[in-house]
Amino acid sequence: MSAGLAESPTALADRGELALGLPESYLAAGHTLGSWLTSTDHKRIAILYAISITVFFFLGGAAATMVRLELFTPKADVVGADTYNKLFTLHGVIMVWFFLIPSIPTTLGNFLLPLMIGARDMAFPKLNLASWYLNILGGLLTASAMLAGGIDTGWTFYVPYATVFSNSAVSLGVLGVFVSGFSTIATGVNVIATTHTLRAPGMTWFRLPLFVWALYTTSLIFVLATPVLAVTLLLVVAERAFDLPIFDPARGGDPILFQHLFWFYSHPAVYIMILPAMGVISEVITCFARRRVFGYTFMVYALLAIAVIGFFTWGHHMFTSGMSPFAALVFSFLSFIVAVPSAIKVFNWTATLYRGQIGFESPMLYALGFVGLFTVGGLTGLFLASVPIDVHVQDTYFVVAHFHYIMVGASVSAYFAGLHFWWPKVTGRMYPETWAKFAAILMFFGFNLTFFPQFIAGYLGMPRRYHVYPPEFQIWNVLSSSGAAVLAVAYLMPLGYLTWSVLFGERARNDPWNASGLEWRTTSPPPRENFLGKPEVLAEPYNYHPEGAPPVKDQPRIPAQGSLT
Amino acid sequence: MSAAEKLLLREPWDGLGLPEESALARQRAGATFGIWIFIASEVLFFGAIILLYTVMRLEHPDAFAAAARETNLVYGTLNTALLLTSGMLAAVASRMNEGAGARRTVLWCLAATAGLGLAFLAVKGIEYREDIGRHLVPGPGFPLPQPPAQLFFAVYWFATAIHGIHLAIGIGLVARLAILGWRDPAFLPDNPQVEVSLLYWGFVDIVWIFLYPLLYLPGRAG
Amino acid sequence: MLAWLMPEQASVQAPRVDAIFLALTAISGAIVLLVVGLVVAFSIRFRRGSKANRDALPSLVAREFEIGWTAATLFVFVFIFWWAASAEIRAYVAPKDAIEVHVVAKQWMWKTQSSNGAREINELHVPVGAPVRLILTSQDVIHSFYVPAFRLKRDALPGQQTETWFKATKTGTFHLLCTEYCGTDHARMLGRIVVMEPEDYARWLSAQPEGDDLAHAGERLFAERGCAGCHAPGSGVHAPGLAGLWGREIPLAGGRTATVDGAYVRDSILQPKRDVAAGYEPIMPSYDGLLSDGEIQELTAYIRALGAGPRASRTPGRPPLSSRVPGAARDRSPAMVPGAPVDDGPAPAGAATRP
Repeated sequence: MSAGLAESPTALADRGELALGLPESYLAAGHTLGSWLTSTDHKRIAILYAISITVFFFLGGAAATMVRLELFTPKADVVGADTYNKLFTLHGVIMVWFFLIPSIPTTLGNFLLPLMIGARDMAFPKLNLASWYLNILGGLLTASAMLAGGIDTGWTFYVPYATVFSNSAVSLGVLGVFVSGFSTIATGVNVIATTHTLRAPGMTWFRLPLFVWALYTTSLIFVLATPVLAVTLLLVVAERAFDLPIFDPARGGDPILFQHLFWFYSHPAVYIMILPAMGVISEVITCFARRRVFGYTFMVYALLAIAVIGFFTWGHHMFTSGMSPFAALVFSFLSFIVAVPSAIKVFNWTATLYRGQIGFESPMLYALGFVGLFTVGGLTGLFLASVPIDVHVQDTYFVVAHFHYIMVGASVSAYFAGLHFWWPKVTGRMYPETWAKFAAILMFFGFNLTFFPQFIAGYLGMPRRYHVYPPEFQIWNVLSSSGAAVLAVAYLMPLGYLTWSVLFGERARNDPWNASGLEWRTTSPPPRENFLGKPEVLAEPYNYHPEGAPPVKDQPRIPAQGSLT
Repeated sequence: MSAAEKLLLREPWDGLGLPEESALARQRAGATFGIWIFIASEVLFFGAIILLYTVMRLEHPDAFAAAARETNLVYGTLNTALLLTSGMLAAVASRMNEGAGARRTVLWCLAATAGLGLAFLAVKGIEYREDIGRHLVPGPGFPLPQPPAQLFFAVYWFATAIHGIHLAIGIGLVARLAILGWRDPAFLPDNPQVEVSLLYWGFVDIVWIFLYPLLYLPGRAG
Repeated sequence: MLAWLMPEQASVQAPRVDAIFLALTAISGAIVLLVVGLVVAFSIRFRRGSKANRDALPSLVAREFEIGWTAATLFVFVFIFWWAASAEIRAYVAPKDAIEVHVVAKQWMWKTQSSNGAREINELHVPVGAPVRLILTSQDVIHSFYVPAFRLKRDALPGQQTETWFKATKTGTFHLLCTEYCGTDHARMLGRIVVMEPEDYARWLSAQPEGDDLAHAGERLFAERGCAGCHAPGSGVHAPGLAGLWGREIPLAGGRTATVDGAYVRDSILQPKRDVAAGYEPIMPSYDGLLSDGEIQELTAYIRALGAGPRASRTPGRPPLSSRVPGAARDRSPAMVPGAPVDDGPAPAGAATRP
């Protein structure tokens, strides 16, 4: 079965390994486009997702670049009001639904979940492929809305603006998001069923890597929150297309009801973006500190607590909409409580470093950056949970800065940490380490330069979604826009050197980081069946040193590579 | 491994290295578990519609009662009866399918389930035509004076249409089982797809049991 | 430095919000320093191959640390919650003697109308030191009334009324911004709040033309829409009279009581069968959908005026409402045209000099 494939000149699998009689890698199992587009292999589907979210990431990023360019001066000098409104809507819709929500679960998660629990594939491989097609269909619908004139409602689609007043292609874009919602539900069902039914012998619940726990809790939110968004968006479409007066205040409808339904999904959606990131960071920090994770059970319960309590805090998006003071207090209280498990996780990561053998390879740099940015993002969440402060900063740049610290600073850093960490396993190639370190550091500073000034502008009172603004805010916007330029470079760099590494990078060993997870106990890249034999788990996760013994200094794991040539 | 079981066993369950008997059992458990998670998701989907309805009805109790009196109780009740009967037949089919003995009964039950589902859609279609004839569509020409009555009918059309789409998918699934089972005697017995499809049918059934009193019965007592 | 990083404080609420904000910033800063400090310290001390001690921790210590910092964060967070919540509750109810201002938002302008008759567009003049109650609604989409210097924000919703209040502590001109995205010219839906000394305000107010104020419009509606048929004195129908009713606590059928305020009047018009006054039959039809929000506001103002005696809703010391300056309200606002930039020059001493 491997005959035709081994001859292929583009096969990425190590020929030396093939010569040893090892099974061919999943990358070698077919080189036609059709072999990718019809594959039910979770690893190939992960690659498909990685390609599509990369396209969406740079599409959304281009819109953000235009937005920051416009905000360089207080006047409207690059684009007009309507174009600006369409740009920030495009940025929000694409980044939230077509990059951030699928980012880690469908790429790293899809690739690693079966490998980490010792399974051959996801529980429902065809459903897995279908979910990618749904995601692409949704993305195409939303992109065609852009061609049909764009959407100018903001990613929140607030009614009655989105239903009655907007003249843009709202229905098409909303339908796209609706369709992609089914893609995330399918992924969620698949992850939950896989974790329940396909764990290898010996892989008990409390031996699962924290990344698997993170995917599991994320999928609970996928399954239970996304349908509410789906209905809400469908109602918006029904109101626009069939003139059904669902939220129309002129006929007795209640626009606040839309906000409740929307945030019932969209607040947990923030946890959809951050929980998998937390999982990635737990894997990376333990590996490069050479230590067992500090407080494994607390880490698991913290994930579960965030997922559950996160369902009951949506009201803090609506403190200024005239909700009763009692409701505001309850939502405020729950929003403070949901921050406690996040704080526990930060302390545990920090404590994991204690008495470790810490190395500073690029995944670790991203992970350490994550801890700092997530701490800032999480703490500014407390400001927004306090009702009086929220009343002042709601819908200002303070909120913008806060959620970018969580969703971009933390989640995207974690995505890059995971991408670099597992890159050798996924592609079988090493990337140039020096370039990666440089990109990681540049990203950290570029990010802070972009978004920290927005906290100040926000507290000073600069509202979001303004394409012109009072001149006293200009200094902060200039700082922010300059940071955005740095950030853009930092995001483009991995695109370059990672692509280079796929073609020219050094072959990766099976376990280049000496990591402990089950996913490293197979070839790089893994075969279609994932493992050579039947894996069996005998020990706790993060078994970097014997219980009670100090971690030892490892050999340097990879050769330092200074240039792309 | 027998031919039938080889047919039933799918990725990734065929790669577990287990005896076919237990591999198939695990596949069935996995499939059933998966559909239950999906049903949990669907509960939230319809839950949101029912929440929407509840809030609107609390805000406009009189208009909702007046509007609900305009729905056709006869068609609604007839449809409830059709769907409940179909649910019973679906349960019988699912139960009889454990083991190979009762293939004919299972086939008949599946066919009748799908048939009753089609009858439901037909009745619903007649009812829709009548509703449209009476201008019970929100917009100009709506017969009731209170604007919130239009809200009721917005929810009515939305909820019944969404339920109808779900039911149509269910009919497709059940009819597919019946046709494949009729062609290939080995297809149905112990096939996990039967239980999965019929669990979905049961869920769509139960949704109607909630929609019926909410849409047809308000304002009709006393 | 701090003044540069924080907006001006111009209301009683502003210093309270800033106090919580600064305390929270201090706590957060300490936590960030702690985390970043530990990460950096550990990274240096336990870098790969360093000579630091790496013996295993006793598991008891690990557990105690875990419980310790969980309890500590919980305590700190609940404390902040309590502080913020108490400040919020204190600020919730507007003082009884507040000037009432109705704000109607529409794409892309603010229309304000005081209970003392002044009507403005994209502007609101208020006296310093007097509480002002805002009753907001919108004619189209959701807007949000935001005055950074007052730390004040409240959404204006179509079909519903929301309320908030403030007391300015400083004279001057302050930004009024829309913070709920509302379409094309969202960023240009600006206005200004002009806070004046009471004497200047009195002078400004006396220069305002007296238009149809809310109560007068309400009086007309009361007759036109048939309310008077039942509720006017001497009507043959057994319906409660409305004079002197405002602000009183009245018994309801079923033994409950209700205070006659804006919400009660609104409910009684839209859902008359819900809270029927004791001793009356529930015979009033619902006006849900038959009256616009603006009309309900006008009727409410009329009933309120009946209660307090005709045209005497102003507290003593406020200027009388009598002047006839030519020119419609439109001409007095700097930014009637949606999209036009608001002129942020110094506040005029009085509008009487302007055409």
